[in-house]
Amino acid sequence: MLKYPSLPASAVGRVALIAGGACALAALEYNAGLAEAAMDAGRIPQARLAPAAAGPVAAPVPRFGGPLGIGRPALEEEIAAWDVDILPDGRGLPPGKGAVFTGETIFADKCASCHGDFGEGVDNWPVLAGGFDTLADEDPVKTVGSYWPHLSTVWDYISRSMPFGEAGTLTADETYAIVAYILYSNDMVDGDFVLSHENLADFEMYNRNGFVIDDRAVLEYGDWRADPCMSGCKETVEVTMRSVFLVNTPEEGGSESVMNRATIEGLPVFSANGPSFIPDARPGTGAVAAAATEESGEESTEDKADRLARDGERVFRKCRACHRVGPGAGNASGPHLNGLMGRVMGSVEGFNYSGGFRAAREQGRVWDETSLEAFLTSPGEFMKGTKMSFSGLGKKGEQEAIRAYLGRFREE
Amino acid sequence: MSVIKQPSRRAFLRGSAAVAAGAAGPVAAADSARRPDPLITELQDWTSYTGAGVDETPYGLPIPFESDVIRRNVEWLTASPIASVNFTPLHALDGTITPQGCAFERHHSGAIMLRKEDYRLMINGLVDRPLVFTYEDIERFPRENHVYFCECAANTGMEWAGAQLNGVQFTHGMIHNMEYTGVPLRLLLREAGARTDDNLWLYAEGADASSNGRSIPMAKAVDDCLVAFKANGEALRMEHGYPVRLVVPGWEGNMWVKWLRRIEIVDTAVESREETSKYTDVYEDGIARKWTWVMDAKSVITSPSPQRPVRHGPGPMVISGLAWSGHGRIARVDVSGDGGITWQTARLGKQGDTKALTRFYLDTVWDGAPMLLQARAIDETGYVQPAKDRLREKRGKNAVYHNNCIQTWYLNSDGLAENVEVS
Repeated sequence: MLKYPSLPASAVGRVALIAGGACALAALEYNAGLAEAAMDAGRIPQARLAPAAAGPVAAPVPRFGGPLGIGRPALEEEIAAWDVDILPDGRGLPPGKGAVFTGETIFADKCASCHGDFGEGVDNWPVLAGGFDTLADEDPVKTVGSYWPHLSTVWDYISRSMPFGEAGTLTADETYAIVAYILYSNDMVDGDFVLSHENLADFEMYNRNGFVIDDRAVLEYGDWRADPCMSGCKETVEVTMRSVFLVNTPEEGGSESVMNRATIEGLPVFSANGPSFIPDARPGTGAVAAAATEESGEESTEDKADRLARDGERVFRKCRACHRVGPGAGNASGPHLNGLMGRVMGSVEGFNYSGGFRAAREQGRVWDETSLEAFLTSPGEFMKGTKMSFSGLGKKGEQEAIRAYLGRFREE
Repeated sequence: MSVIKQPSRRAFLRGSAAVAAGAAGPVAAADSARRPDPLITELQDWTSYTGAGVDETPYGLPIPFESDVIRRNVEWLTASPIASVNFTPLHALDGTITPQGCAFERHHSGAIMLRKEDYRLMINGLVDRPLVFTYEDIERFPRENHVYFCECAANTGMEWAGAQLNGVQFTHGMIHNMEYTGVPLRLLLREAGARTDDNLWLYAEGADASSNGRSIPMAKAVDDCLVAFKANGEALRMEHGYPVRLVVPGWEGNMWVKWLRRIEIVDTAVESREETSKYTDVYEDGIARKWTWVMDAKSVITSPSPQRPVRHGPGPMVISGLAWSGHGRIARVDVSGDGGITWQTARLGKQGDTKALTRFYLDTVWDGAPMLLQARAIDETGYVQPAKDRLREKRGKNAVYHNNCIQTWYLNSDGLAENVEVS
C-alpha cells in the first residue's frame, strides 16, 4: 500500500511547490483546502501579497508627542511616604540622632542574630565590620567599613530594608543609632559618638576613593574587537583544571554538589600536529559524580571516613544555624560541638542548659554513638524539655555522616 | 566530518576512528531491528484507550516525564533562600525563548504577591507633574513587544576562581530570554513632564522589602527601557515582578527592578546598596569598578554539556548553544572542538534580535574521540568573546560579576562532558 508512487502527477507537483518553499502563501492555501486556487498564481489576490495600508506594518511607538492625560497627581503625603531615598550628599535625611551606646543595644536585639554581635557575620550572612586592607587580597572582605563608599547608603538601606523580615519598622533615631554602632564596630568612631542628620553627609568613609567608573571600553574593548583567529591559534591545549564540584540534581529540586576527586592525569593533550593526541583516552578517575563514591568495594577505610565526613559537613548545614564547630568555635543558640563524642552531657561552660541536660550532667551521662543517635532521631523524646527545636535526622546515612564529621573536631 | 579539520596525524587517527565507528554504527542499528519492535507491532495503551479530556489541567503544566527540567539552586551559595538565586535549566531547553516557569529567579527579600488592584506606580522628582498610575493606567499607554535577555551580572561569577560547578545550568543559568509587552519608559516620563537632560538620572525602586533601587542614566531610560507587564504573552510571574517590572535591555539583571513602584528623576546617582556594595567589581589592586551596566558578548554550548552527555555514540551529532550581547545583535558564533586551536563558524538557528538570545547549531559527525568544546560569540560591534585567561589578565581573579569568558567542556570518549579549564 505504498501511497506516493501512485500519486497523480498534479499532486506531486503540488507537493514539490510546497516543499520548495516557493511561497509560504501557497502552503497556507493548500492547508486551507484551497490548493487549486494556489496552483493558479493568476488567481491569488494581489492584495494578499502587499501590505494592506501604505504605512509600515510593524512600527515602534512614536518617540515624541504630548501627554495623554493618564494617571493622577501624586499627593504630598504620598510622595513623603515613598520618596525616602537618601542621596550621597545627605539630601533626604530626616531629622534625628543616635548614639553608639544606644545602637549597641538595638543592634544586639535586631541585627546580631544574622550579623553577629560585632558585625562579624553569622554563617553566610553579611559581615559588616573589618576587612580593612583586604581589598587587594585574593578573597577581599567587603564590609561597610572596608568597602562602602558613602555613609548615606548605609542609612538608606537599613532604614528601608532592615531588619530582614521586618523592613521599614525602625524609627529615624534607631537607624542613626544602628549606623553609629556599625561605625564603632569598624573602629571608625569612638564609643561616645553620636550620629545625626547634621554630621552624616560629612562623614568620610574609608573606601570613598576606591571606585572608578566603568572603563571597559577603554581598557578592554579595543583588544576584544579584533578579527578572531580561526586555525592554528595555539600550539597545544591541555586541561589545567577540572570542575571542583560534581553536581547531582535530585528529583525534588535543588542540587547536591560533591567534590570532584578526578585529576587531570591522563587527559589528552590537543595539538594541531597531534603527536601526543590519544584518540581513546579516558579520564583517570571518577568522571561521573556517583562513580567515585559508589564503588565502595574498592574504597579504602580512609577514603570512606573522608567521604562520610564530607557528607556530614553537608548534613551539618541543618545544625549550623544554632551550633558552631571547628577552631575557635564558641556557643551560639546551642553549645559548641568541639569534642562532643565522649563529652559529659550539658557540660559546656557558659551555656545555659535546660533542666534535663543539667540533670544528665549531674548523673555523668556521656555523649556516645548510641545516645547521640537517639537524641538526633528525636530530640524531644530523648531529652524532655530540651530547647533544641529540631525535628531530627531521619534520612539514611545522615547520622553516621554527622558523627564522622563531628568526630574530626576535638576539644580545644 | 568532524569539527576539527586538520591535515595531520591527529586527523588521520580521527579519520580511522570514524571509519571504525561508521562500520559499527549501521550494524548495531541492524541488530536492534532484527526483532520487531513491540512498540510498533503491539497495540499500545495510549493508542487504544482515550486520553485526558480538555480542562483536565486548565493551566497546562509540562508532562511529568519532563519533571527534571526545573530551576535549581545551590544551597550553600547564600545564607537564605529568601535572598538568593536559582538557575535556568539551559541544558534542557532549545530555541531561544525561556518559559517563565523555569526562568531563573533572583530575589533580595523574597518574591512578593502584589495584586494588580493594589499596584501603584509613582513618578516624582524633577518632573512638572508628580503622578500616580494604577495598573489599568499602564495598560492605556501605547505598548511595544520586544524579546530581550535578562542576565544577572553574577552569571558565571563562580568561575573566576576556576572551573567550579559541573553543569551549564549552574555556570550560565542566571539568564532568561522572554518576549516582553510593555510601555516605553519615555512615555511615562513624558506624561509626568519629566526633565530628561543627559546629566540626569532615573532612580527606580521596587515594592518589596529590598526595594532594590538602582540609578539609570537618563540616556538609557529614554532609549529602550520598557515598563513591562506581560512576558511570553501572559502576565509576569510573581517571581519575575508581577504585575509590573522594568526592562533594561542589554544591561545587568539587577537593574530590571521588579514590582516597580517608584521612578524618581534625580540630579545624581543615588549610590544605593545595589550599586556600591554589590554589583561592583574589585580588581587585583583593590580598586573597584562601578556602573558596569552593559553585559558583554557571551556564548555557551548547552548540548553536549555536563548535564547533557552524548548518549548516542559516534555518528551525527548536533552541537547547540546560546549567544547574546548587551551591545546589540549576535553576528556570528564560532565553535572549537580542540580547545581553541581551530574554529568553525556555527549556523544561527535564526537571526536573533538585538540584546536577545540567539541559538546556534553546529551539525557535525562525532568520531568518538575526546573533545574540548568551546563557543565564541561575536556581536555586531565586532566584540569577540574573550578567552578566560585573557579576561583574567585584565581583571584578575577577585572579580565577582561580568564574567563573559569562553567556557570549555571536556567531552570524553564515553560522551560525558565536564567543566574544565584549559591552557
